[in-house]
Amino acid sequence: MIYAITALFVFQLLGEILVQALSLPLPGPLAGMLLLTVAFVVRGGVPAAMEQTAGSMLQHLMLLFIPAVTGVMLYFDHVAKEWQPFVIATLGGTLITLVVTAVVLNRLLKNHKENQ
Amino acid sequence: MTDGFFEIWVFLAESPLLWLTLTCTVYASAVWVYRQCGSTPFLLPILTSVLVIVSLLLLTGTPYPVYFEGAKFIHFLIGPATVALAVPLYSQLRQLRKIWKPVCIALLIGSVTAIASTVLIAWALGASTETIMSLAPRSATMPIAMALADHFGGQPSLAAVAVAMTGIAGTIMAPPLLRWLRIDSPQARGFSVGVTAHAIGTARALQLHETIGAFSALGMSLNGILTAILMPLLPWVLHGLGMM
Repeated sequence: MIYAITALFVFQLLGEILVQALSLPLPGPLAGMLLLTVAFVVRGGVPAAMEQTAGSMLQHLMLLFIPAVTGVMLYFDHVAKEWQPFVIATLGGTLITLVVTAVVLNRLLKNHKENQ
Repeated sequence: MTDGFFEIWVFLAESPLLWLTLTCTVYASAVWVYRQCGSTPFLLPILTSVLVIVSLLLLTGTPYPVYFEGAKFIHFLIGPATVALAVPLYSQLRQLRKIWKPVCIALLIGSVTAIASTVLIAWALGASTETIMSLAPRSATMPIAMALADHFGGQPSLAAVAVAMTGIAGTIMAPPLLRWLRIDSPQARGFSVGVTAHAIGTARALQLHETIGAFSALGMSLNGILTAILMPLLPWVLHGLGMM
């Protein structure tokens, strides 16, 4: 487990360095994720320890967002000023995006299968 | 007696241990309740946990920065956990190679829809430019959305609220909506959740099914990147349409 956790930190660090060096428009951890995926491809598989550690970490990914999301309490007043466009655009936009993306990909995958 | 309690409270409130323990205990209880109730998305552990913690902080008069100072150890783990998403992603790579074209098309359409639908609704309801620019990147993950909102004349804090609301709402809407639309492929289910509801949607998708979770992680990361690429076009489009 300690090797797997160390590897995660190392790849996050590599990601941060890459993003800073090339001033890429994405967070360091996302770049680290892509780098680790490439590393798995090069290695031709995922080490068992990494599979286990990542699995248990991702099972409770939601826990990790609690401190940040709790921060919404700071902005109640700010949201209250324009709450109607804020809430309706957020919920409406979420609904539309979900439907459009799911329908488009589902349809494309069906056509793709039939063509093969 | 009361003085003794007060002293212990003052001591504990200063140490990260109290806030770490509180966050984990509330989350663990929230997960227990969620599972007891058949994993209904309305009791999403992140939703119930945040409601409980916000109430406790307000009741005890604890300012958010004091809480965050303690809970930031948990917050910090978002980084390595994001890197760990490489594991489910890698497991789907062979499949992804076969369907990369449909995935890219769906990504482009989904990403444009996320920004355009939000901006249009907000604009039609008379939102200020500051609010519109804060809302536009809300389907991207929090760090990307906050940076983009800041850069294009929005409010990072407003963006953070919109991102959190999007993640929770998208995760609640997804199961009934996708069932109603008869979306049968796990790839399309996962990908649409990731594109729409970023990391919060992915957190739930990973608990449901391996393929759904992996495609959600994929949708989330690709949409984060594409949103960052598309946002610079937004002020230009809005000017062109006379909306700004």
